[in-house]
Amino acid sequence: MRVLMFGWEFPPHISGGLGTACYGLTRALARRGHQLIFVIPRTRSDEPAQHLRLISASGTPVPLSLTRATAHAARALWEKRFSLRILDAALFPYASPPIPSARFHGQTPSEDSIKVRAFEQESQSIVTLLESEGDYGANLMAEVYRYSQAAGALALRESFDVIHAHDWMAFPAGLLARAVSRRPLILHVHSLEYDRSGDHPNPEILEIERAGLEAADAVIAVSHYTRQMIITRYGIAPEKIHVVHNAVSREEAPRLYRVQRRSEEKIVLFMGRITFQKGPDYFVEAAGLVLPRLPHVRFVMAGSGDMLPRIIQRAAQLRIGSRFHFTGFLKGPAVERMYALSDLYVMPSVSEPFGIAPLEAMLFDVPVLLSRQSGVSEVLRNALTVDFWDVREIANKIIAVLQHPPLANEIVRHCREELRAIRWDNAAEAIASVYQTVLKRKGA
Amino acid sequence: MPAVVFYFQVHQPFRLRHYTFFDIGENHFYEDDRKNREILRKVAHKCYLPMNALLTDLIRQHAGAFHVAFSLSGVALDQFERYAPEVLESFQCLARTGGVEFLSETEFHSLAFLFSEREFREQVELHNRRIKTLFGQTPTVFRNTELIYNNALAQVIESMGFKAILAEGADHVLGWRSPNFLYLPKTGNRLRLLLKNYRLSDDIAFRFSNRAWNEFPLTAEKYAAWIHALNGNGEIINLFMDYETFGEHQWAETGIFDFMRALPTAILRHPDFRFSTPSKAAEHYSPVARLDVPLFVSWADIERDLTAWLGNEMQKDAIESLYRLETDVRRCNRPELLRVWRQLQTSDHFYYMCTKWFADGDVHKYFNPYGSPYDAYINYMNVLADFERTVREALAAPPPPPSPPASPSARRSRKQTAPARSTPGIPKVTAHAPPDPMPKNNRPKTTKKKSPPPKTSHVKNKAKRSPSTPKKKHPAPSRRTNPR
Repeated sequence: MRVLMFGWEFPPHISGGLGTACYGLTRALARRGHQLIFVIPRTRSDEPAQHLRLISASGTPVPLSLTRATAHAARALWEKRFSLRILDAALFPYASPPIPSARFHGQTPSEDSIKVRAFEQESQSIVTLLESEGDYGANLMAEVYRYSQAAGALALRESFDVIHAHDWMAFPAGLLARAVSRRPLILHVHSLEYDRSGDHPNPEILEIERAGLEAADAVIAVSHYTRQMIITRYGIAPEKIHVVHNAVSREEAPRLYRVQRRSEEKIVLFMGRITFQKGPDYFVEAAGLVLPRLPHVRFVMAGSGDMLPRIIQRAAQLRIGSRFHFTGFLKGPAVERMYALSDLYVMPSVSEPFGIAPLEAMLFDVPVLLSRQSGVSEVLRNALTVDFWDVREIANKIIAVLQHPPLANEIVRHCREELRAIRWDNAAEAIASVYQTVLKRKGA
Repeated sequence: MPAVVFYFQVHQPFRLRHYTFFDIGENHFYEDDRKNREILRKVAHKCYLPMNALLTDLIRQHAGAFHVAFSLSGVALDQFERYAPEVLESFQCLARTGGVEFLSETEFHSLAFLFSEREFREQVELHNRRIKTLFGQTPTVFRNTELIYNNALAQVIESMGFKAILAEGADHVLGWRSPNFLYLPKTGNRLRLLLKNYRLSDDIAFRFSNRAWNEFPLTAEKYAAWIHALNGNGEIINLFMDYETFGEHQWAETGIFDFMRALPTAILRHPDFRFSTPSKAAEHYSPVARLDVPLFVSWADIERDLTAWLGNEMQKDAIESLYRLETDVRRCNRPELLRVWRQLQTSDHFYYMCTKWFADGDVHKYFNPYGSPYDAYINYMNVLADFERTVREALAAPPPPPSPPASPSARRSRKQTAPARSTPGIPKVTAHAPPDPMPKNNRPKTTKKKSPPPKTSHVKNKAKRSPSTPKKKHPAPSRRTNPR
């Protein structure tokens, strides 16, 4: 199967679980023999991407004719479907001189898609598409718009059987690619605006999510929790939503650091974005209950995010600053080292579609305490679970794990067994069957 | 003249309430009063009351030809007294028929034999006295918690003057031998050993309503024919099971009551067969051999060993921590503390921490009031921490005043009354209601929920996993021979 995939993140440049998940599942898909083109907003040179063709939307040379063709489609899509007009979108800001040797790969899609063919003859001129940073900055919506345009152009250039787009930033890209290629579109939901923002969602993002989910040929949700939310919050037909749980790659966790845990002092870890969705405020409140009662414990909050200042202030106010530490955003080996040093990983997310980090923690034999409002708790029977808002219960369980080594040992022992069954290969198999389903339906 | 011996186990644990680290030192109420009451009343109406009435009828109807035996745990009796006195009365009514034998067990349905012989003996004595008081008979047959048994237990039981002891007729203990005879323990000459016929017992307890079972539906005639087929191959057929089988594990809709109503007549139709009680069977038959059981056997799970209660580190840590307190608890010389400590010994507390099969979500889970074995452990350890503190404080405090008798009603309204009852010199402890205040927890055998059809699961007992396993092993009646 040839898959054109759109995603906003790819390792090593990631800000959360999305990139990690994309990496894991594309590798497993590639192992099964699928050919993947993965389009991200902008590549750096250091992506470890031997298993797929990684294409940067930004800076990819594309014939001017194609970009013009898709520009129309993009406008139509955004203004009609999303009711959004992107004002600052300079269409071809970085036109470069024609490159004579450039040529198309693959076939041109079906005739009736946009008026491609007409344009096709027109010009040999090549442009570099739209510069894009691929961050989550202030101009995110404009970036998403440009990315979708690039997607449309790339969809004309490349050949593939299905389109697979990850999360809302890539939904417009997926929709546009489908419009120009007539290939089935699968949208993969790793998180929803309601997860990220609770009851104060960004209406524009919601609109993109809703329109995308409605139009998609199939939807993949990372948990039953998320599937349910797609059904109830977005009114999407249940039969087209498939649940494929995430997994974790073992190779990413060399056990080098295993021995480093200090016995005289216990460490309780929060690792993730410090945002509303992740519940960092519940973590600091729980720390406020635990620290006065247990000596020799430290709490570590690793990550960054918009709530960081508030959490720092709260820790100070609780007078626990001397034993509550902030590391900032950690990457690579620092992440592994942090896990290896920890005695308990806590994920008090308010709404977590899946949550790969607990699985990573488990690879380092760290017991985990999860919010019940998380998809990962569907696949981990041996994790401790708690309602995110129940701060006393969070503290109660933290204390129990720190005080009773038999508890931690039993959890770790059983989690190790459990982890063996949580594999990207299983996820890839499930995804492949979703591909088959949509292709069959299309063909029928 | 083969005899059929029915023994029913009646037990309801005191389940613990959600008790967090922050409750430690703040309050000493451990019991989930509401849940215990609800479960007990539910089971009373589904099982104890109707089944007691049925057995009373049958015993009267068969005028001396039908007998059964019961073992009632002290914690179940406590709950009858507290939540459903009519159940206790109906057992007393049964006792008056003269067709019922009451067995001895540890008062608190504990694993005390594994950790403290002194404690074990005291609990057995307590229970004997209680049975005598309530039912007017002194037990002469002993059955240990969960049918846990080994050579050493038999020795102690013989030294305590019992005539017989019950055990699981586990394959790994019997080998080629049959459970359908009377045995002698490895040592001693007075004590007789009765072994459960688990196949026939589980046919009723687990498989009765299982539609996937190839013998479904089970009728009294069919079952009686299996029993009769043992004629010449056995002398005692020991059918041991949880009493909650009737109406609770197997719902009334499955026809279990009708089955039992018809069974005595069907079995007695064969002139060679009769019903007996464990003590009479032990007197009447001669033992055929000695049975060497060096390692503990029980009636739980397919393993038939101790791993349902002591299979992982959490369980061992919890129970060892509990029994470590014995010396201090006794030094306090405060009956109410001793009682709390004993209530914490109920085996169900440890059963809830079992991680075997956990991932499969099977029977263990069914009887577990906690979401996971980890939660069970956390809760228990918090309770134990509070109890330990209380004991330490009591040891540090001046000598105890005479302990006040506790009124049951006081116990009930724990929250309000608690503080009030504290006696002057003794701070915390008093908060527990005096006599049997605390909780024990436990196993909800009760709740076996739904599924009218096959409820295979039985509580702890026996094959918890039974549905499938025993089924396969179950041979056709005719093949169930026993050699010997």
